[in-house]
Amino acid sequence: MSAPLEVQHLTVAYGEKPAVWDVTWSAPPGLTAIVGPNGAGKSTLLKAALGLVPVLSGEVRFFGRRLDDVRNRVGYLPQRASVDWDFPATALDVVCMARYPRMRWWGVVPRAEKQAARAALEQVGMSEYADRQIGRLSGGQQQRVFLARALAQDADLVLMDEPFAAVDAATEAAIVGVLRSLAERGRHVVAVHHDLATVPEYFSSVLLLNARVFAAGPVKEAFTNRNIAATYGARLAVLDEASVGAAAVGT
Amino acid sequence: MIAYNTLVVLSGCALLGIAAGTVGTFALLRGRVLVSDAVGHAALPGVAVAALIVALLGADPRALPPLLAGAAIAGLLGVLAVQALTRTKRIREDAAIAVVLSAFYAAGVALLSWLQTLPGAAQAGLSKFILGQAAAMRAEDALIATTVAALCLALVLLSFQRLRSVAFDADFARVQGLRTDRTDLLLLGLIVLVCVSGLQAVGLILVVALLVLPAATARLVTHRLPRMLAVAAATGGLAGASGAWLSALHPEVPTGAAVVLVAACLFTLALLLAPERGLLARAWQIAGRRLSADTEHFLRAAWEAQEAAGAGPGTAGDRWAPIGAVAAARGWSLGKARRLAFWLAQRGLVARAEDHVHLTPRGATLARRAVRAHRAVEHHLLAAGAADAAAADRLADLVEHGLPPGMAARLLPEPSALPASPHALGARR
Repeated sequence: MSAPLEVQHLTVAYGEKPAVWDVTWSAPPGLTAIVGPNGAGKSTLLKAALGLVPVLSGEVRFFGRRLDDVRNRVGYLPQRASVDWDFPATALDVVCMARYPRMRWWGVVPRAEKQAARAALEQVGMSEYADRQIGRLSGGQQQRVFLARALAQDADLVLMDEPFAAVDAATEAAIVGVLRSLAERGRHVVAVHHDLATVPEYFSSVLLLNARVFAAGPVKEAFTNRNIAATYGARLAVLDEASVGAAAVGT
Repeated sequence: MIAYNTLVVLSGCALLGIAAGTVGTFALLRGRVLVSDAVGHAALPGVAVAALIVALLGADPRALPPLLAGAAIAGLLGVLAVQALTRTKRIREDAAIAVVLSAFYAAGVALLSWLQTLPGAAQAGLSKFILGQAAAMRAEDALIATTVAALCLALVLLSFQRLRSVAFDADFARVQGLRTDRTDLLLLGLIVLVCVSGLQAVGLILVVALLVLPAATARLVTHRLPRMLAVAAATGGLAGASGAWLSALHPEVPTGAAVVLVAACLFTLALLLAPERGLLARAWQIAGRRLSADTEHFLRAAWEAQEAAGAGPGTAGDRWAPIGAVAAARGWSLGKARRLAFWLAQRGLVARAEDHVHLTPRGATLARRAVRAHRAVEHHLLAAGAADAAAADRLADLVEHGLPPGMAARLLPEPSALPASPHALGARR
């Protein structure tokens, strides 16, 4: 069976600074965390894999195929801060957007799709807020709406960008519950994660990333103090090498 | 009896307003309002060139369709220029819009002036496109407005789901396989359509107002997108019709200006009076919260003034407390304390006599609750070692008002007893 997500020699740059540098990595089945310091290119790696930012070079495969061929199998949970929460929509409206590919592009949302969206809200404990305007939800509740939207996509692989960022205890518990239930149903998750302490508890595999790959594999083998220190400490050295490389590409 | 011509102008402007309201809603939500302004201004050289070509071909220079076609082409070119400039990453989008807008407009003005020097009627009445002149609208022009409005409404309603998806979270929509570039192009096309068809009535300078004002008004009064669309369309239609009507009554006021002024008035009304997002509602809410905090502070200070005067904790409330002591304890001016005492007396929470207050039974209950909440927080902070007595007092002042029921009981295990204050009572330290 092909890996849920596989990247080969992926390089992404914003302006002249490379954010992801020659990354070759394949996500194993199950729950995987991408860990690394701020600015290590973790979110960029996800966005590049999803075709949201232009890549300089490299190949991306989902389940061994191009993204365009398997879009209905891939879900996405972006960072909460990436949208305007003052947008005139209810929690249910937002989750319904996940069912978009299943609808005809004109007309209203069919009842079955609304049901699926409600079920997703139920799963994250947000049923009672379905009709609330999203701007009036707390930060943690907004994050759960986003999580419900990702669930409503009913994808085999969900890419999550900092799902645990700045959430309350109830939301953290809801996310963990969702991760476990996804894993039980044989689904896969690749999540950018910033809390080193909870990596072994929440995830089975890890990718230590700082522009390039420092270590990858099952948490027990790859998530060692030595690898972590190398990932977080080697930042300056890597950037130096990368800028030299970028300058060479640019000339 | 309304004259036939007035009726034509009226319905044309109303339909234009409806189309602008609907399209403007998504222009606003997708952040495309400034681009609409560029479209309007960029249309001028298109009008001028189209007029020149028409004149050279010897056709009727007042016929609208070729002029509008020229306007549409130039407007689109303007938007493409903005996008190209932004993509160079040398200037940001707002600057790019300003550059294109002014450059195209200047080119249009120059072309118009040059056309004026030519013999013949090539430029006849072209300057009306700058400020708009709905009175010149003929029946066939109103037909154009009708077609445009119907087209805009149909396209917006048919593409509602995808327009909303892209406006809310374009990245997510792209991951789902939605062609966001095409959706943006559709929105842009609708904006150009509205701008161009509004040129004759409202003029290229003011047409952006017709897009943004009804949508912004609607956003103030609702936070449901379908309702926002309906309100924006209604507001736009109302502004269009009443603006045209006003300008028919007072022909010295151009229609475009009248329409936009009506729309601006509606927006101002909504800004002030909208039930939740309006400024008055907001101010009312804040004042209410401040007053309820002041009330709790006053009652607690009155209670504590009596405690300080010798009544033991839990038994205060039977004696008269000087308003001056309350003011000193809160750090208020005597005037403010007196005004609050007057207000609380109106509400039956205190009795007043000779600059003293006495808590009524209802006031004493509220005062006791306030004292309890305050001390619960204080004791909790002290027990946790989080603050000294003075700091605990200040912190408790901030959080005690929003304390959910039962929280004070949880922080303070004995529900009946009222503990002594952890710090000396009296004037503010």
